[in-house]
Amino acid sequence: MRKLGTASKIYMILIFILLYAPIAVLIFYSFNDSNSTSVFTGFSLRWYGELFRDEATITALKNTLVLAFLSSIISTIIGTIAATGIYYSKTRWYKNGLLTVNNIPLMNPDIVTGISMMLLFVFVGTILKVSGVLGFATMLIAHITFELPYVILNILPRFKSMDKFLVEAACDLGCTPRKAFFKVTVPYIKTEIIAAFIMAFTLSLDDFVISYFVSGPEFQTLPIRIYSMTKKRVTPDMYALSAIIFVTVFILLILTNIAQDDAFRERFKKKPNKRRATS
Amino acid sequence: MKKLSLVILFIAVMLSSLVIPASAYSLNDYKIDVDYYKNNPYKGTTLNVYNWGEYISDGSEDSLDVNKYFEELTGIKVNYTNFDSNEDMYAKIKSGGANYDVCIPSDYMIERMIDEGMLLKLDYNNIPNFKNIDDDYKSLYFDLSNEYTVTYNVGYVALAYNTKLMPKAPDSWSILWDEDYAGQILMFNNPRDGFAIAQCLLGQDLNMTDPNEWQLAYSKLLEQKSVVRSYVMDEVFNIMESGAAAVAPYYVGDIITMMDNNEDLAVAFPKEGANIFVDCMCIPNTCQNKGAAELYINFMEEPEVALANAEYICYATPNKIVRDLDEYSLRDSDILYPDASVTENYQYFHNLPADTQGLMANLWSDLKVDGDSNASTYIGLGIFCALAASFGAYKIIKKKRREKYYD
Repeated sequence: MRKLGTASKIYMILIFILLYAPIAVLIFYSFNDSNSTSVFTGFSLRWYGELFRDEATITALKNTLVLAFLSSIISTIIGTIAATGIYYSKTRWYKNGLLTVNNIPLMNPDIVTGISMMLLFVFVGTILKVSGVLGFATMLIAHITFELPYVILNILPRFKSMDKFLVEAACDLGCTPRKAFFKVTVPYIKTEIIAAFIMAFTLSLDDFVISYFVSGPEFQTLPIRIYSMTKKRVTPDMYALSAIIFVTVFILLILTNIAQDDAFRERFKKKPNKRRATS
Repeated sequence: MKKLSLVILFIAVMLSSLVIPASAYSLNDYKIDVDYYKNNPYKGTTLNVYNWGEYISDGSEDSLDVNKYFEELTGIKVNYTNFDSNEDMYAKIKSGGANYDVCIPSDYMIERMIDEGMLLKLDYNNIPNFKNIDDDYKSLYFDLSNEYTVTYNVGYVALAYNTKLMPKAPDSWSILWDEDYAGQILMFNNPRDGFAIAQCLLGQDLNMTDPNEWQLAYSKLLEQKSVVRSYVMDEVFNIMESGAAAVAPYYVGDIITMMDNNEDLAVAFPKEGANIFVDCMCIPNTCQNKGAAELYINFMEEPEVALANAEYICYATPNKIVRDLDEYSLRDSDILYPDASVTENYQYFHNLPADTQGLMANLWSDLKVDGDSNASTYIGLGIFCALAASFGAYKIIKKKRREKYYD
């Protein structure tokens, strides 16, 4: 690797400071003894203890994770199927039309999406004569809806690099189209599916605006809970929670990096062996 | 002999009355009637409570977990969710998509909700603890015959000041206009509270509707702008606690929280008066479980529960039994419970008519925009746009020229 010059080093350090200074400050104050964010009175784990005693927060965290998992899994499945469909659609104007429709929710401000979703749910509720429609189901639908375009946009470009004769070859060799999809297409776009899933997951985790409008009295997510603390002030156990989330994500990333590295190495090790065995 | 024993008895009685001061009540005198809550017909149902964030004792820092306690006693499941402003709560309930059973709005919002028929009348036979509420906080302007509300908390706006930077205690809102403290003054960053200070200083009614009067208040605020360090809401905690500013108007309960982190801070009540506000427990018309909701409201005014909430939230409690409890650490706080003479000319916010609200919002944004800092932002944006446009034009001309060359 080429050695970095001083200027580029400074530039890089500056960027990293900008990216990570807020998180560093947050983690620092999560160990503060008092509840101030300007006066550091001493080191303590008090807020970590508070966090685990605060049932409302733990429930909100659980709700957030459940919602994020379910919505991102469902939207990844629907999105993968949709991307395949869009790729194989024959007419050009149809394809472009679909893509444009897909892009509108991306450009649409969250608040518009949120309010219109709420209106729709309440409208459907009044038609079906159900009071109090807002709840887990509506939140799940809303989250799947706003994640879907991101999933499709993540997966679609991969198809363009795929040799379309691969699927045809599989069919020639006796696969049914469905079997070909699972045996050839899905393995080929596997990484993009995983990336799309992670993206949908994080989008769901930190969405506030849409969730706020479509949430009901039984189901509250973490962003709503933290945001509503502004009447008094955000309590430092939220810093503790954020610190834990950050560290968890950090460790997960390191682990996946190591795992990927190993897989890489193994693949390189095994290949020559296989050849020797078969020849 | 008989005489002597009588004398002894007399002295003993005298002594005992001396040892126990008149106001001493302990929580032991006000045990929760467990059977009342255990034998309720709503067991197994759920109750949806909609409250401000951080506005209930929730079990942190060894406080009482009120909702959990209620669930254990009654067997009613509490779904507890939060909102962050009256307007958000209003929108959510008005939409009709969510069945809330208990909500806790502020005074002016209650007025509006009653006007629009969004609240249900309470059955006070199911809320015997309503008698614990101080008469001062019953039958307030928005609910004159007290049919809809049970007051939950009371708050005032007051001045927080740093005794190191401001040795002499201020006694008037005019300190926020004082040139000597230029750059050390903080101000509310929301129109209603911001205008209220100017209105108090000018001796106006906080709920006036005359546009000319509002213009007067506006020009008063404009005068102040040059000495204000920044317009803040939540940031006030950090700035005041670190001693970076000398004086700021804020809500009394929150000033007490600040004082815990910085001993130099103190409270002053301006002589012109200020805004007093109450948050009340109400039952919105989306309610599906009214009996349980009333049980919950009653539970919240149990001395033990109200005490836990008062200690946790640090706002003034309207519960007169809690005010007399030995266990209540803020009982003698003259910050939370100032003399009646101090709060004499404090005023409630009423719900403003739509055009007054619009006027207020417009004047406030005029106030915020009309200044150098924003002008420089616009100039900066303008320069950026001009640069981008000229770059684009340059590119286009270059392209055209090249095309010409190749032609």
